[in-house]
Amino acid sequence: MQLFLEQMLNGIAIGAIYAMITLGLALVYGILRILHVAHAAVYTVGAYVGLAVFSATHSILLSAGGAMLVCAGVGVLIERLVYFPLLKYPPYVPLIGSIACLLAIEELCRLAAGPYILSFPAQLPFPSFTVGGIVISSTLTAVYCISAGVLALLWFITTRTELGLAMRATSQDMAIASAMGINSHRIISLTFMMGSAVAAIAGILVGVYYNQVYPSMGAVPAYKTLALIVVGGLGSVPGAVLASILLGVGETLLIGYAGIPLPRDALAFIAMIAVLLWRPQGLLGSRG
Amino acid sequence: MSEYSITIGTLIAIQAIVACGLNVIVGYAGQISLGHAAFFGIGAYASALLTTAGGLSFWTALPVVLGITGLVGLFLGLPSLRLREDFLAITTIGINFIVVSVFQYVPFFGGALGIGGIPRIVLFGERIRGVSFLLLSAGFLAATLAICWLFTRSWSGLACFALREDETAASSMGVSPVRFKLTAFILGTAMAGLGGALYAHFMRFISATDFGFPMSVMILSMVVLGGMGTLWGPVLGALVLGILPEVFRPLTDYRMFLYAALLLMMIRFQPGGLLGENSLARQTFSRLKGGKP
Repeated sequence: MQLFLEQMLNGIAIGAIYAMITLGLALVYGILRILHVAHAAVYTVGAYVGLAVFSATHSILLSAGGAMLVCAGVGVLIERLVYFPLLKYPPYVPLIGSIACLLAIEELCRLAAGPYILSFPAQLPFPSFTVGGIVISSTLTAVYCISAGVLALLWFITTRTELGLAMRATSQDMAIASAMGINSHRIISLTFMMGSAVAAIAGILVGVYYNQVYPSMGAVPAYKTLALIVVGGLGSVPGAVLASILLGVGETLLIGYAGIPLPRDALAFIAMIAVLLWRPQGLLGSRG
Repeated sequence: MSEYSITIGTLIAIQAIVACGLNVIVGYAGQISLGHAAFFGIGAYASALLTTAGGLSFWTALPVVLGITGLVGLFLGLPSLRLREDFLAITTIGINFIVVSVFQYVPFFGGALGIGGIPRIVLFGERIRGVSFLLLSAGFLAATLAICWLFTRSWSGLACFALREDETAASSMGVSPVRFKLTAFILGTAMAGLGGALYAHFMRFISATDFGFPMSVMILSMVVLGGMGTLWGPVLGALVLGILPEVFRPLTDYRMFLYAALLLMMIRFQPGGLLGENSLARQTFSRLKGGKP
């Protein structure tokens, strides 16, 4: 029982980190209908910049701030230079552009920092607990608190502010939104900034959680998060979060108990195909 | 020609065959597929198993291999009837990951060790290797191109073009989406199977990682770069993407970065492909002919 609870807690933490990466993807898909594979590269950049600032200053707050700033910049650059000019082409054209971006940025990280696995020896300023014999480490507490905070903040921005209203209007119909006086290009850039800054936080959390930062750390999340936004319902942010947490828990429990001989990276896709057969619009998506 | 350039040439010919197959699905029928390497792999594994464990020769195994890949293609083409564009794209990525992990984890398929000791192809009593293998692959490529050309001239090809341009209009004119989309899937995946069989007998050792998602991206990039829906586009794409890494080889560490950056530039500035509509090559060609640019 104790082992089960510990597995559960780890699974939720992994799911929460998946959710923070998937969020950016769901936001971008909702607004531009582009599969933003290069988002995983932004997340890798976040981890590297975070680690670099941390080694220079030994402050995790400065490191997070620096990584968020740089990633927001990288995200907007990808949007302005690659996606925006390709919007009028069929969806596979920006998709290939995105994959090329992912490869190029991964290679840049490898050239800049070397092909090695670097360690991220940060202590996050969160307390650890012991409840009924179960130890919740400070890293776990940090993952819970930070992801809950980020999700709540994003929920507030998208549903309770004028900016969120403009974002929702742009994702429903860009032409009409522009006609109503919304600067839709600015909204798109802001969406990329927000999604990329959250990816930077996710990158730092993964770096600290596994104590590993390496150039290809984005490769598996790049495709797994695609499956997650499909399962959640393309463009649905709550659906993406739900699917991420379910996958985090499912992966951890299946590895821990069932001993399924398939690698856990195929699991997301098997779940995805099962969900699509049952609900082609995704868990929380709407038809049409 | 050195041994090395013969190897590169043979691999380019094999990849061009696979890219032609993807072009039938994506370029002619308009169905996005990001998992084409899975069929390449299924062809390779089927041929490898039939010739090692099954004891058949390459030539008797080949029709079976084409049948198997075509059948799997038919089965996996079914989602395309239900799912559109982005959903289909991600589903095909998923199929690729699942096929690779089945090859990797089921002992029947050799597991993580792959399959080795695949016999050479024997033709007219000769073991095919080196230049003869290059010529054999080029011959198969020519046959593939001929089939593609015939397909675009056939009723099935025209029906696929109509479905690609406007599915609702085409099906209201009596063109069955089920029949012609599945025809394109079977034809395209069987070509991938042919490429896979050649690959298995050329390398004589295969493992699941050869047919992963990066390979699918590579094949799709070839088709898009060359010019989707054109006859020669996939061949040109295979040539460009096959030769580029060799050109960059002296740059060692910077090689993969330059390759990715160049791919990004090409897709950014020639999104219709090197031979597609409005491409530089097309414009120059029509200017040379004296027509309007």
